[in-house]
Amino acid sequence: MTDGPYGKRAADIVIWLLLLTMPYWLEAVGGYTQLGSRVVIMALAAMSLNFLLGYTGVLSFGHAAYFGLGVYGMGMTIKYLVPSTLAGMAVGVLAGAAAAAIIGLLIVHLRGIYFAMVTIAFGQVFYFIAYRWNNVTGGDDGLSGWSRQPIDLGFASIDILHNQTAFYYFALLCFAVAVTLMAALLRSPFGRTLLAIRENERRARFLGIPVDRHIWVSWLISCTFVSLAGTLYALLNNFADPHDLRWDQSGDFVIMAVLGGMRSFWGPLVGAAIFVVLQDYVSSETQNWMSFIGLFFVIVVLFFPRGVLGIVRRKAVS
Amino acid sequence: MSQLVFYNIFNGLIIGAFYALMALGLSLILNLSGVINFAHGGFLAVGAYLAFVLMPYVGFWGALAISPILTAGIGLIVERLLIRRLYGRDPLYSLLLTFGLAFMLEDGTRFIWGPQTLPFSIPSWLSSPLSNQFFFLTGYRLFMVLLVTAAVIALFVILNYTRLGVRIRAGTLDLETVAVLGVDVRILRSLNFGLGIYLAGLAGVLAAGMLGLQPTIGNDLIMPSFVAIIIGGLGSLPGTLLGGLLIGVASGVTTVFFPSASEAVIYIMMGLVLLVRPRGLLGEEGRF
Repeated sequence: MTDGPYGKRAADIVIWLLLLTMPYWLEAVGGYTQLGSRVVIMALAAMSLNFLLGYTGVLSFGHAAYFGLGVYGMGMTIKYLVPSTLAGMAVGVLAGAAAAAIIGLLIVHLRGIYFAMVTIAFGQVFYFIAYRWNNVTGGDDGLSGWSRQPIDLGFASIDILHNQTAFYYFALLCFAVAVTLMAALLRSPFGRTLLAIRENERRARFLGIPVDRHIWVSWLISCTFVSLAGTLYALLNNFADPHDLRWDQSGDFVIMAVLGGMRSFWGPLVGAAIFVVLQDYVSSETQNWMSFIGLFFVIVVLFFPRGVLGIVRRKAVS
Repeated sequence: MSQLVFYNIFNGLIIGAFYALMALGLSLILNLSGVINFAHGGFLAVGAYLAFVLMPYVGFWGALAISPILTAGIGLIVERLLIRRLYGRDPLYSLLLTFGLAFMLEDGTRFIWGPQTLPFSIPSWLSSPLSNQFFFLTGYRLFMVLLVTAAVIALFVILNYTRLGVRIRAGTLDLETVAVLGVDVRILRSLNFGLGIYLAGLAGVLAAGMLGLQPTIGNDLIMPSFVAIIIGGLGSLPGTLLGGLLIGVASGVTTVFFPSASEAVIYIMMGLVLLVRPRGLLGEEGRF
């Protein structure tokens, strides 16, 4: 994988081909289709986070809140309002975006470690709401008793409930749309401005760029796509779990982005794939999976701070 | 009714004292080293379980004296081996590392002592109510408030009147100058980290006496501690203390009127503070 237009284009093609054919080779290498869906969904979440973390240089440690709003938006819509997957997605994404817009206004002028701390703390509000509002959210037991609905296109309906492969492709479609949009945004003047803010905020400010407003928009975009990932995650599990809102989930997203490489567009996808597969394996092998995941965090920070793609790229350059 | 309110305010003060004790340790480390120690709750649990192990040999008072020191020792080792490597780097990395440590400490205590709640016996003369009218005012609760007060006073005395404390405060303001003046910043950071973890260990022993022993004992306390720091103002230890007590009382009072919001209320307070006074109640302008 080298830099330069051809190398990048080739990498893009390989990644899309791998994603598109995943259901056909995943079982041969010991996976299962649902695991593939989870990789795609978590990758979407991690890449959305990285829009803010890697491309704007703002450290959010509370993205699970917006992910979880997507999860609960989906679950509660299907359970209480209308049995429609698309309506659930709309509600979940809107809920996440609305919360992010409001909270963003409060925190957008904070920086660095302060920003991280406030996002962590704000994330917990939604966790406690989900945890305590028993009769609506199911409390600690989570929200069950609903399932994803066939997608009605007017002329045909797609059964994503029983056909795991169909659900995988549905998730991949959402992933593709979101990721293409984010890539386009990053190539636009707006995206370049975000990079400028990341590299030197003071200089960007002197150039007359309204830094806080740019960071707010970037935060909003990032959180909106994370809630989209949340709605898909709810569909994948047919269940809304309060732990999807908790700070440990936020940490998982950050580690995925760091592990894959924050400075490369596909890095979080690689990180998500490694993390999800590892978590799946470790939690099926041992009760003490938390220790292993914790150790994994420590190892990544100490030995792979640039992430997998960061290392690959440096090797390619030297 | 008024007794109920009084009870919950008092209860809130106790919880707030815990938050403050936790948050002061977090704040010390954050101010000097720029590290958000996610594992602080894990160290609290370690302190609690060490006290449990020590108690049959040295009794409650011995455990109360020794366990926080041992916890601080473990903290020093962790700082030396892991956290020291991350000073001066993006705070992202220390956050992730302590996050992983928090997982390991919680799971480790669960692995060694099991997930069930273990009884933690306190001296019987401390556990009886002091008066019939104020039944909730057990000796232990009063003792806790006194001990936390003593610990906080001791901390502020250390910070204001000892050479170490003055250096810690100076380092918080301008670490580079302190280093240039010939202070070994690495040792200073280690000692400061140890001091912070000592407070976590102390909070752990006290919490065990009130809540019983569980591997997740620190988890419920760490998030409110963050909130306490933010409300009080980053960089200000008196602010952290004030923040801890405030949110404790606020959640205590909310328990009377709207119990299910008792956790959420502190985050709403945080939102209000950030809206009206982004640097926190006693925070310095322009520090963050």
